[in-house]
Amino acid sequence: MKTTETPAPPPAEPGASVSEVAAPVAGPPRRKKEGAVLNVFSHGVLVIWAIMVVTPLLWAVMTSFKDDSSIFGSPWALPDRLHFGNWARAWTEANMSGYFLNTVLVVGGSLIGTLVLGSMAAYVLARFDFPGNRFIYYLFIGGMSFPIMLALVPLFYVVNNMGLLNTIHGLILVYIAYSLPFTVFFLTAFFRTLPTSVAEAAFVDGASHTRTFFQIMLPMAKPGLISVGIFNFLGQWNQYMLPTVLNTDPDKKVLTQGLVQLAVSQGYKGDWSGLFAGLVMAMLPVLGAYIIFQRQVVQGLTAGALK
Amino acid sequence: MQHGKYRFIVGFLAVPLGLYALFVVWPFIQSIYYSFTDWTGLSPEFKMVGFDNYKRMLHDDIFWKSLQHSLLFALVLPIVTISLALFFAFMINVGGRRRRGGPAITGVRGSSFYKIVYFFPQVLSIAIVALLFQFAYNPDSGAINSFLRGIGLGHVQPLWLGDPSLALWCVMAVLVWSTTGFFVVLFSAGMASIPGELYEAALIDGASRATTFFRITLPLLWDTVQSGWVYMGILALGAESFAVVQIMTTGPGGPDYSTTVLVLYVYQKAFRDGQAAYATTIGVALLVVTLAFAAIVMRLGRRERLEF
Repeated sequence: MKTTETPAPPPAEPGASVSEVAAPVAGPPRRKKEGAVLNVFSHGVLVIWAIMVVTPLLWAVMTSFKDDSSIFGSPWALPDRLHFGNWARAWTEANMSGYFLNTVLVVGGSLIGTLVLGSMAAYVLARFDFPGNRFIYYLFIGGMSFPIMLALVPLFYVVNNMGLLNTIHGLILVYIAYSLPFTVFFLTAFFRTLPTSVAEAAFVDGASHTRTFFQIMLPMAKPGLISVGIFNFLGQWNQYMLPTVLNTDPDKKVLTQGLVQLAVSQGYKGDWSGLFAGLVMAMLPVLGAYIIFQRQVVQGLTAGALK
Repeated sequence: MQHGKYRFIVGFLAVPLGLYALFVVWPFIQSIYYSFTDWTGLSPEFKMVGFDNYKRMLHDDIFWKSLQHSLLFALVLPIVTISLALFFAFMINVGGRRRRGGPAITGVRGSSFYKIVYFFPQVLSIAIVALLFQFAYNPDSGAINSFLRGIGLGHVQPLWLGDPSLALWCVMAVLVWSTTGFFVVLFSAGMASIPGELYEAALIDGASRATTFFRITLPLLWDTVQSGWVYMGILALGAESFAVVQIMTTGPGGPDYSTTVLVLYVYQKAFRDGQAAYATTIGVALLVVTLAFAAIVMRLGRRERLEF
């Protein structure tokens, strides 16, 4: 970002730093002065980074309402009027609706599958002692640090031989398999923190292991399931590498692929405004969900790394 | 809790483990095996060729270029991203000045606002981010060059992704843009758990903010920084760099192989050139690099930690 470091500071910034400087009254004078200079500098940097993060996103939203000629003629000018047609074209003609549907199906299926299978495996690994327990645990964990691309070459042919290539359910199974390492890692740690006494009491009362798991342990593990669920949702919704390799049928494409495909084909068709509308369309639901569930999203995404 | 225990264990593990073994473990084992064959991927026939693929790799200029770029990614990206994130997180959490009647240690004003905004790129798909910046970098009509013209720098109009000496840095900048926010939030969570008394004591002793950072914050945060470092390196070698390079650059990997990375080269050899066996050989090299990277960071980290 060599160039964007120099945008003119927005009007808000000098005002904010002036009030920052003026506010403190207490403290020895030397510290105050040094602190003030540092404060203006550091606050300025924070503001600049915030601008650098937000500008491309706002620019994309703005561009999605412009017509093609002004996108190329004057990228920074406001749209002459709101071209809602871009959005309609993207949704129907550029098949964004189809990509959305595919993504929802794939992510919905694989998210449920990941949570169910992941919590089953994690529960057994966390709570039961049996030969091979450690081995299986590390087998799962190892999957987190291996480059997935290495496995994708043979995987393509494994999936092809099973007749699962370019199918939604095939993609779901692969998504689940590649989400298991982190899910098992996270949920094993979580199940270990839950008290054993409740499960033992249920067992004494005659509940089977299976029933104890589904009726007692799963509800107790809800906070962990939510965190890891959000983590997997974002990872699977934004997944690009797996579908690029395993899902090449134009009708089955998911959002990320569809947008890239759209960008490539716009080179010939020239409907750039429609492409921007598509991009924004794909961005807004996740950004909206993030703003609403901000606390949970941040917890879900950072919890794993903090453990 | 013995009754039916093993039946239950098997019943619960069978499906997840089976799926994982079939789609993850088995392909990994296969790909190491395939790297010793001449399998094209197009026909089911192949024969063992020993180390031929590995010998070929050692004489493959594009492989060396990809390796070089991947190593650069693994080295530069974590350093830049984590330093930026540490600075931002420190400012957000500890950098604020004392307000009357408030706690001794606070973040700057609007700290929660910054945390929310900085995290935006993390929730977006790297594919969308790459597409967006591809437009921004466009030399004629892109946002960056037209911004430069707008502020009177009309003579500075780099080709960005079209310039072999700049393209790789453009790609890296996008990855920095999209990952820094995650680490800001991650480090903020870590900093929040550092007891405030430590900072108060440092302040009473007259420590400057830089001293406070290097003597208190960084050592106490070191574990988080280290795991973040490994995480970032794995991303930079794998999925993230694949998406950005494959979507943004011409070729992809161009111009003139100036942006090609190992993970992209594996993909191209396997699915574009029909050389699946050779692709797995490069993949094995990528695996070695990734594991070596993680081991080195862990090792360096341990030594660093003893100093404090």
